[in-house]
Amino acid sequence: MFANIVSPIVWLGGMGLIFGGLLAYAAKKFEVAQDPKIIEVRAALPGANCGGCGYAGCDDLAAAVVRGEVKANVCPSMSLERLAVVSDILGTDAGNINRQKAVIMCGGVGEKSKRKFHYQGIRDCREAMIAMQGDKVCEFGCMGYGTCKKACVFDAIQIDHETGRVYVDESKCTGCGACEKVCPKQIIKRVPIDSRVHVFCKSNRKGKEARDVCTAACIGCGLCVKECKFGAIAMVDNLAVIDFEKCVNCGACVKKCPAGAIHLD
Amino acid sequence: MNLILIVVGAVLINNFVLVKFLGICPFLGVSKKVETAIGMGAAVIFVMTLASAITYVVQYAILEKFNIAYLQTIAFILVIAALVQFVELVIKKISPSLYQALGVYLPLITTNCAVLGAAIINIQNEYNFIESIVFGAAAAAGFTLAIVLFAAIRERMEYSPIPKALQGFPIALITASLMSIAFMGFSGMI
Repeated sequence: MFANIVSPIVWLGGMGLIFGGLLAYAAKKFEVAQDPKIIEVRAALPGANCGGCGYAGCDDLAAAVVRGEVKANVCPSMSLERLAVVSDILGTDAGNINRQKAVIMCGGVGEKSKRKFHYQGIRDCREAMIAMQGDKVCEFGCMGYGTCKKACVFDAIQIDHETGRVYVDESKCTGCGACEKVCPKQIIKRVPIDSRVHVFCKSNRKGKEARDVCTAACIGCGLCVKECKFGAIAMVDNLAVIDFEKCVNCGACVKKCPAGAIHLD
Repeated sequence: MNLILIVVGAVLINNFVLVKFLGICPFLGVSKKVETAIGMGAAVIFVMTLASAITYVVQYAILEKFNIAYLQTIAFILVIAALVQFVELVIKKISPSLYQALGVYLPLITTNCAVLGAAIINIQNEYNFIESIVFGAAAAAGFTLAIVLFAAIRERMEYSPIPKALQGFPIALITASLMSIAFMGFSGMI
């Protein structure tokens, strides 16, 4: 009885010990000399292995950074302190952090924007697109079926059920760009995280045509361009476009816009 | 003569992947490029041959001798896991590019049912030491043959017009099943 219990423990345990010892010996014998910088950089990275940088985890990124292929700022969850550590290790500038956030560039929610028909299909923007390019008259209008919300793994996209507005929760958005890829209307854009003034419209329709289908649309009047003292707004195809490098978030254009298409948040 | 029968049987007639359906995971996972498929096959040949030899010794020198044959599975897994770790160390040293290409599938040989399958079939068929090693190597060679052929077909498919619904894994699975049917044709040869 006793032997029945002890012998498996002894023999299996013994086998484990022998194999373990051999492996430990082999690990020493076949040790691959690794650049100590890689280990140090790896320790300075966040270690979430999210793959947001495009490499297969933090180890891979650390190796690429040390090889000089990329700068450590490609990591989406990098902080300035960590970046400074990486700069110290490598003795080079690790680059600046260029954090982004997603903005859904459509203000035509609810009654503001006309609908072609009453869509009763699957609640998914891509499905809705199959039916006559979506139920909105404006081909740049957010339909609000929340395909981007489903694509967001950070739960950063919310739908306001009263107004039907789909919006991005800035505190949760990491700027990964997943929503940007799935939006069939391509109205989600990533912008610098500290930008606060945005044109909530992507419509290239001319003034009256845009106004006819949506009361929140940019009509391309150009008042904002004149109003902006910093030359940060330009008119491109009947649409005001903000240059975030020049914009100081003063909000002068927001007050001036007759259509209410520019928002300050 | 017996050894030749074992080899032909393991490589063609009872091909591990296409007839016995063992080791499907790396078969589908590492078969995008012929080069990595050959690397994977070589790793499996190495692990399986050694595993057959060591598990034979473990089975008859330890397990049966001390009446703990019921621990066969766990003991064999222990052997295979240690071996795979060893192979991983060696490959990392001698060929970093192969190590990169095999990626996660290398540690997965540990739980590859083909390796455990070969070890257990050796015991079930009551092969002797030499036969066990030959069977292990031949079964792994069969695995390599299947995965390399499959990888070659998949490489060609990259350039073929495949209906959108079938692109990627669906067409790979269809190809694998057609290959399986072809290999079933060998059955009854011996």
